[in-house]
Amino acid sequence: MLTFECPCCGAHADETELHAGGEAHIKRFGPGASDDDFEGYLFTRENPKGVHFERWRHVNGCGKWFHAARCTMTMEVFGTYPAQTFQPPKDLLDKITEKRPGWSWRDLS
Amino acid sequence: MSDPVLPLGSASFDGLVEVREIGPQGMITLRGDLSAPEVIAAVTDLAGLEMPGLRGANTAGDTGLLWMSPDELLLLVPYRQAPAAVDRLTAALDGQHVLIVNVSDMRALFQLRGTQLRDVLAKLAPVDFAPEALPAGELRRTRFAQVAAGVWLLDDTTARVFCFRSVAGYMFSLLSTVADPDSQVGFHVK
Repeated sequence: MLTFECPCCGAHADETELHAGGEAHIKRFGPGASDDDFEGYLFTRENPKGVHFERWRHVNGCGKWFHAARCTMTMEVFGTYPAQTFQPPKDLLDKITEKRPGWSWRDLS
Repeated sequence: MSDPVLPLGSASFDGLVEVREIGPQGMITLRGDLSAPEVIAAVTDLAGLEMPGLRGANTAGDTGLLWMSPDELLLLVPYRQAPAAVDRLTAALDGQHVLIVNVSDMRALFQLRGTQLRDVLAKLAPVDFAPEALPAGELRRTRFAQVAAGVWLLDDTTARVFCFRSVAGYMFSLLSTVADPDSQVGFHVK
C-alpha cells in the first residue's frame, strides 16, 4: 500500500484516497516552440526503475494537488512537497541521495 | 419558507453503534484565505467558536467550524439561520476575495454513537482511527467505501459523518452493514 503525507492538509493518505496525476515537473514550451519540444511535452515520459517524481491529487480529502518522490521498485516514499514549485526542495534531493547514491532522474541527480 | 426534507427521512439503525440520520443542518461553505484576520474575525464572531487549525473541527451543538482544506471552511449553523448567516458574512467580508454559499441541502449528515465506534468506522475508510491518530475534534475527509465522506468525533463514543445528498442511501446502507451486531472486530475497543 502506498501512503503519502499530503503537504496541504497533513493527512496520511492512502493511494485509494488519491488520484495519480502522472509525471512531475513537465515543462510546456512557449509560443514558437519547435515540434520536438511540443512532442516532448506531450509524449516523452520517464519510466524509471527507482527514483521517480510524480503529481498526485488528494481527491477524497482536501482536494489539493501535490508532488511526491518515491521509488518505483520498493514503493518507498522519499517525501512530498507542494505543487507550487518547478523543482523538488533541496533537502528532499539530499535525502534521496543519502538513500539511493548515484540516482538520476531527467536533469536531477 | 418550505419545509426542509431530509434525504432519508431520519433513518436510523441500531447495531454495534447507533446510526441515525440527523438534520436538517445549516451548512455554509466559505472559500478564501483562512489566515486573513478579517475572515477569522467574521467567522468566529458568527459562530462564537475558536477558528479551527489544520483539520480542526470546533463544534458546539448544531453550530461549528470545520477546516475542509487550506482555503475552505465549512460553517455549521442552525438550518433556519443559514440564509441570514450568509447575508451577515457577506456583509462582514465585503471587499475580501471570498466565496460564501449556503449549501445546507447539499449533504446528508449522520450521527454514530456507541463504544464500538472506532472499529466500525475503520471498516470503511483507509484511515487510522486510533485515538492518537484521530482525536476528538479533528475532521478527516476521506472515502467511505466508494464515496467521498467527512468524519469527525465529538467524543470517544460519538461521531458525525457527512456525505453528498445523492449518495445518502448508499452511505446509510454502508453504515448499517458495518454496524451489524454480528460483525464485532474488537481491535480499538476490546
